[in-house]
Amino acid sequence: MPLDWIWGLVGGLMIGTAAAVYLLVNGRIMGASGILGGLVDGTGHDSAGERLAFIFGLVAVPPLLLPLYQTVSTNITANPVLIIAGGLLVGVGTRLANGCTSGHGVCGISRFATRGLAATVLYLFGGALTMLVFRHLLQVI
Amino acid sequence: MGVSVDKTNDNVRRAVALLAGAIFGSGLLISGMINTDKVQGWLDFFGAWDPTLAFVLGGAVVPMIFVWRIAEARKVSVLGTPIPQRSTPKLDRGLVIGSLMFGAGWGLVGLCPGPAMASFVIGGWEGALFMLAMVFGMVIAPRTARLLAPRATT
Repeated sequence: MPLDWIWGLVGGLMIGTAAAVYLLVNGRIMGASGILGGLVDGTGHDSAGERLAFIFGLVAVPPLLLPLYQTVSTNITANPVLIIAGGLLVGVGTRLANGCTSGHGVCGISRFATRGLAATVLYLFGGALTMLVFRHLLQVI
Repeated sequence: MGVSVDKTNDNVRRAVALLAGAIFGSGLLISGMINTDKVQGWLDFFGAWDPTLAFVLGGAVVPMIFVWRIAEARKVSVLGTPIPQRSTPKLDRGLVIGSLMFGAGWGLVGLCPGPAMASFVIGGWEGALFMLAMVFGMVIAPRTARLLAPRATT
């Protein structure tokens, strides 16, 4: 089994642990787009402190692990048009759908929630279709 | 007495949220999910398909199946918050169109909201621009949702 898969599993177990802690102790579903989106559009005003604390941990702590690695890169595209289009689609889409890979994916699938399962199938389909069109047909990504 | 207890509870809540965010972000980094090449590789079913993301999702979902059983049996969290109700299994336009849009953006750049935040510090101007566009999208989303809503009937 390639090493990448093992690290994927280890990281996945950590993501599950984080979701478990957030659910069992705080009683919240760990969805990245919902936690950030509620702050951005004001719907999460009452739980702003909790949301900010989660985001602070999420943004500030991973860089502390960098000394363990020789190189870590996001390998993100340098094409600003793609970045802006992608960011807009992710921002609008996750809020319309009320969830992303963590909320609908991790927390929804594990609850066997119909909406979570449906959302996951649809965003995987959307992503795979985008790769087919933009990588293989148009060759821009 | 309520005030001081509530304040203590609030502080515990925030500390737990910070811890959860820290573990989540570290898991995203360790799993390789902040690497857009790996994410696009996972979505590239017609090219050099990279199955790593399946291990990440499996590692996160399998323990959570048992955690949901515990949470639903308890009905309230350790800090006394009701466990969120199961949503009605209704597939509205927002869910369908929103998920397809999200998938398209995810494929174009290879970032979803969690990894976008976890890689913000090391992501350079590209990561910052993505975050800006994503947050702007979240701001305008309620207006987009109104466009999608079925016409009011009388």
